[in-house]
Amino acid sequence: MKTRTPPGAEVDSGRRAAMKLAGGGLAVAFLWTAGLGPAVAQMNPRRQPTDEAAAAADGNPPFAPNAFIRIDADGSVRLVMPSAEMGQAIYTGISMMLAEELGVGLDQIKVEHSIPSDALYGIALLGGGQITGGSTSTRGQWQSLREAGAVAREMLIAAAAAQWHVDPASCSVSRATITHVPSGRTLGFGAVAEAAGKLPQPAKVTLKDPKDFTVIGKPLRRVDSPDKVNGGTQFGIDVKVPGMKYAAVRTSPELAGTLGSVDDTKARAMAGVVDVIKLDNAVAVVGEHYWAAYRGLEALDIEWRHGVNEHLDTATLIAALQESSRNGPALIGRKPKGEAAAGGKAVEMTFVTPMLAHAPMEPLNATVHVTPGKCEIWTGTQVPTRAQKEAARICGIPLEAVTVNNQYLGGGFGRRLETDQVEQAVAFAKQVSYPLKVIWSREEDIRHDRVRPLYFDRISATLGDDGKPTSWKHRITSGTVLGRWLPAAMGKDGMDSDAIESAADLPYDMDNVLVEWVRHEMPPGLVVGWWRGVGPTHNLFIVESFIDHLAQTAGKDPLAYRRSLMKAGSRPLGVLNLAAEKIGWGSQPLPARVGRGIAVASPFGSHVCAIVEVEVTAQGEVRLRRAVVAVDVGIAINPSSVQAQVQGGLLFGLSAALFNGITLKDGMIEQSNFHNYRSLRINETPAIEVFTVNSSESPGGLGEVGTAIAAPALANAIFAATSVRLTELPVTRTSLAASAEALKHVADNGTGKGDVA
Amino acid sequence: MKRFLVVVVLLLVIGTVAYFVLNRKDPAAGTSPLIVGAPTNADPVARGEYLARAADCIACHTVPETGKPFAGGLPFKLPFGTIYSSNITADVETGIGAWSDDDFVRAVREGVRKDGKHLYPAFPYTAYTQLSRADVLAIKAYLFTLPKVRQPERPNDLGFPFNQRWAMGFWNAAFFRSQRFENDPSRTPQWNAGAYLAGPLGHCAECHTPRNLGFGLKHSQALAGAELQGWRAWNITSNETHGIGKWSDEALTQYLRTGHADGHASAMGPMGEAVAHSLQFLKPEDTAALVTWLRTVPAREGTDPVVVDPAPKAVVASNAAAPGGDVDGENADGKRLFEGACASCHQWNGVGQQTPYAGLAGTRGVNDPKGANVTQAILHGVTMRIGDTDVYMPAFGHGYSDPEVAALANFVIGHFGGKQGEVTAADVAKRRDL
Amino acid sequence: MVTLRVNGEDRQADVPPDMPLLWVLRDVIGLTGTKFGCGIAQCGACTVHIDGQPIRSCQMPVSAVGNRAVTTIEAIGLTPEGAKVQQAWLAVDVVQCGYCQSGQIMSAAALLARTPNPTDRDIDTAMAGNICRCGTYVRIREAIKQAATGQPQGLQVVVDGSAA
Ligand code: FES
Ligand code: FES
Repeated sequence: MKTRTPPGAEVDSGRRAAMKLAGGGLAVAFLWTAGLGPAVAQMNPRRQPTDEAAAAADGNPPFAPNAFIRIDADGSVRLVMPSAEMGQAIYTGISMMLAEELGVGLDQIKVEHSIPSDALYGIALLGGGQITGGSTSTRGQWQSLREAGAVAREMLIAAAAAQWHVDPASCSVSRATITHVPSGRTLGFGAVAEAAGKLPQPAKVTLKDPKDFTVIGKPLRRVDSPDKVNGGTQFGIDVKVPGMKYAAVRTSPELAGTLGSVDDTKARAMAGVVDVIKLDNAVAVVGEHYWAAYRGLEALDIEWRHGVNEHLDTATLIAALQESSRNGPALIGRKPKGEAAAGGKAVEMTFVTPMLAHAPMEPLNATVHVTPGKCEIWTGTQVPTRAQKEAARICGIPLEAVTVNNQYLGGGFGRRLETDQVEQAVAFAKQVSYPLKVIWSREEDIRHDRVRPLYFDRISATLGDDGKPTSWKHRITSGTVLGRWLPAAMGKDGMDSDAIESAADLPYDMDNVLVEWVRHEMPPGLVVGWWRGVGPTHNLFIVESFIDHLAQTAGKDPLAYRRSLMKAGSRPLGVLNLAAEKIGWGSQPLPARVGRGIAVASPFGSHVCAIVEVEVTAQGEVRLRRAVVAVDVGIAINPSSVQAQVQGGLLFGLSAALFNGITLKDGMIEQSNFHNYRSLRINETPAIEVFTVNSSESPGGLGEVGTAIAAPALANAIFAATSVRLTELPVTRTSLAASAEALKHVADNGTGKGDVA
Repeated sequence: MKRFLVVVVLLLVIGTVAYFVLNRKDPAAGTSPLIVGAPTNADPVARGEYLARAADCIACHTVPETGKPFAGGLPFKLPFGTIYSSNITADVETGIGAWSDDDFVRAVREGVRKDGKHLYPAFPYTAYTQLSRADVLAIKAYLFTLPKVRQPERPNDLGFPFNQRWAMGFWNAAFFRSQRFENDPSRTPQWNAGAYLAGPLGHCAECHTPRNLGFGLKHSQALAGAELQGWRAWNITSNETHGIGKWSDEALTQYLRTGHADGHASAMGPMGEAVAHSLQFLKPEDTAALVTWLRTVPAREGTDPVVVDPAPKAVVASNAAAPGGDVDGENADGKRLFEGACASCHQWNGVGQQTPYAGLAGTRGVNDPKGANVTQAILHGVTMRIGDTDVYMPAFGHGYSDPEVAALANFVIGHFGGKQGEVTAADVAKRRDL
Repeated sequence: MVTLRVNGEDRQADVPPDMPLLWVLRDVIGLTGTKFGCGIAQCGACTVHIDGQPIRSCQMPVSAVGNRAVTTIEAIGLTPEGAKVQQAWLAVDVVQCGYCQSGQIMSAAALLARTPNPTDRDIDTAMAGNICRCGTYVRIREAIKQAATGQPQGLQVVVDGSAA
């Protein structure tokens, strides 16, 4: 993969090597450790010692050449998915990589969830864990999965060739059938599975030349679509286990508060209520069905104990961040090269970006059955091995005694990179003998989210006579997700490379860039987590808003200004030009209070430019009119998925930028459900056109690209429409009113101009 | 506000003589008519419980989330400051545990605390004054059987001169008369029961009667509708156009017992509380008595009459699942918000689904061009428990901006009331703080 | 004990009268295709049909259903609109995580049943009560148009995945 670090940028060598390999994104941090630290587990296309257990779990198929492919005697092809499917179409992408080399059609395969195993399914990009996140799945498996398919293919061919006594090189494979080309004889996979399973594994295999791809590059239907349109897909929340009971749970609404006393007299008297069980900070009512449990929970008289956060609120947190930004020790993420030219025009801005909840459509849940010495879990998780490890710890049993049955995820967005809901369910289930399905209400889900960190940014630049920056300084202040989640991946100096991702590595050709990060510890109980788009989502809002501001300060067109700072022929310039051309930038004048905003960047090993067009009414309401996104993701494995991910990702980011911010009062999260933590609806959604640059580069990350680029494009469009530069999110809409007077009138906010009646 | 000061000053001038004359206490113990749910021969604690419900003590003396009934502390935001209700559990130090019967009777009927200080008439002693001593003491007996809660009084947040409790003596002199309920022998016992339930106990007038400049009740407009804490309490006189003259007895009964009458209204805000905490617990006979009495309230137009459009164009043109009749492009923002967050419960024809409480067509709320209650409901939502059912509407204030709430309210008024809504973003901003 | 008519079959359930239809369907009858997303009628994940009308089952007390016919995602394919919608959903590959899609499809099928040729505005109006956190809205619009017109809309996915 190509690095997009500008030449000469001073990034320490370990980090730079990592970027070269991974192409940036969340993975940078992990790979940096992986590269320097002890060897980490990672997927192997060939059979491993640990494979035996995995194959056994799959019913010992006659042919199981590696951890991913199972071929039964009847010829059915089952593919085992190392990653978790949460909507990003990774089951389809993985199947396509395997199927391409294996020689089967996507309609001929069945997909299966994998057992938890770092040894078999670990992603090197993420430190060797079996983790689905950071848009690493495709990038991390591109090589090994195709190779896994090829290994299987060669073994199947070898078995057939042996049966026919012919040269394997004279055989070909297509649609799960091996053909001896000269004679036209054929054998199905099932017929040779047994024999192939006994053959030695090939030491070397040859991967297809991309020009021969028959699966990769086609807009194929997702492998999980058919069941998702008839209600047949089983998500974690749908799991049914014999004898199972349901639990509704309430955790201390004050973060890090604890459970005092509970009067459960009324609850226990209710029909259908089975039990009331407690933890240090939570209480659950168990019922014959969720409704009984929920009503029982409502009937509890709970007294909570205050913890350290009794008086915590958002304003206090922001003030503390600002203080750290002024005085905290700053770590250097990118050093300026050489001396900045003297003089010039100084420009400075500060930004506050809010905490965010994930609110995946499927509220958090886990079903757990603890029996003596054993624990079995059914849940949808992005981190099955972590769930397994935590369960083993809580139950005090060995890892192997914990079974994790992963399920389809009703949305992840980073929330299911955490195991808190599983841990809680295990702790509750330990207290009862039956299988227990714990479901968080939407209110619990939002009030106990592990939120995207709050950030305070100070950014400044000096502009030379030509309007271009002669120096650039960016200081980011925030809590750290990485520092808790994978501390080993923190830099030697304590740097959190997620915090500076897409801030240190800019698509612009500048020498004098200083990027710093100040670590600010969040109060206990305010746990920050990965949120779709991770570091880049935050940093791109700052960087691309600021670039836009510099263009305006320099009196330049935002498109022309960006172009003037980019290297000719660079991939980010490619997407910038493509998006600008498709929307017809500057081709005709826009109506009053309508504006277009550009944002361009290279997050997650891909390149993306979004141009958003908005109308802002006289009263400050923002209407999305149109969006054009150009992406360069290298080889687009499934163009249909690329389009869908970019559209969906963009909407996820726009929704948050327009509406969302988690706020705290008295140590509690104030938002609770979709009425006060809004989500963009279809009637607020603009037309979104997605254009892809043809490329033969290795695939980049995709799932978070659209999200990361959304907010700055929106903010810049709002600026173009109103001349109001947003330095805080979500969009504070009353600040966009044409005048204070406008708010005192009944708006005729009809079709057109949003004039005041 | 200035005018109120003028009234206070004027009263000072009228002098102390008048003060004492007007502040004299009615010494009569008083009697009550037969209340079916609380017969005089019943156990005083059981009677007290029923009467306390009928008088809706709990609504004001409990902060809902705390789970500490009757411990007080609920804020009342009044135009001149905020006052907090008191702890009326039997806790000796912070409640009324040390109060004698006479102390309690004096507080309830005269608005004077044990320590001799005046209460503010947010506590409706102006209505309770008509209660019989036996009834007041039954309530006390009931309160004293409840768990004592230690919860110190929250100091009021009032500026001068409103923080001068003694000055309430002048207010009383002007607007309060100590007197007992008197049976009207020309009426049926049922009517008298209704009058007692609506007056001394239920204190309907406290919300439904407009107030004069000095915050006394405007008796000439009794029950003709008023606004308080941002909510409109509707005209409940028998006026056929603006009041409830056209409602059937069944509709009135349904409303009082459940907080909802098909095609007429769903209770919310303070009235929702009244139904949830008080009215739904009345015995059917007592509800019937209330209805009998309500029927005889003289028709009055009130100061800000609302005319319900029985068949607005858009409602007629819509079906449950699809809108019709809206002028294309008019208030597109309001419509967009409605179709996203509201239509799945309220439906386009205003009938309401999942719960009848979501019915909007025919209500006075959506026919009020100023949209007071519509805006309040959007901002603050509705939560009440009626019988076994939770009636719930989310509070959208936090997630939606002022112009959005205004646009939505105006759409609702236009679509379901057939009227031009007048809600502005600035109105909404003000209401957020109510 | 209530008797419900679900997908053409009579089902008995011994549940409290105020129990929302959603939980009766999911936890008692065992039809888990209908989803729980918010519980307050804001997301539409729980949408089912009662006598053909889309309703939010999370807010519908089971006692209020009466003898009306309940149709869920598991059986919507047996109606002509439901079948068309499901086919179109596959043709443009609408789903992502899929969790909201039962509700989306129920709303879309109800729309087509009452408005066979919906305009863009009709589609937005009818579908605005269904939240999709994955952001599949653009394709939902395309799929509904395709279901209505029978004409391909947007990017058509290849169905069988076979090699040329
Ligand atoms: S779960 Fe019923 S609308 Fe969200
Ligand atoms: S597909 Fe995931 S929420 Fe709609």
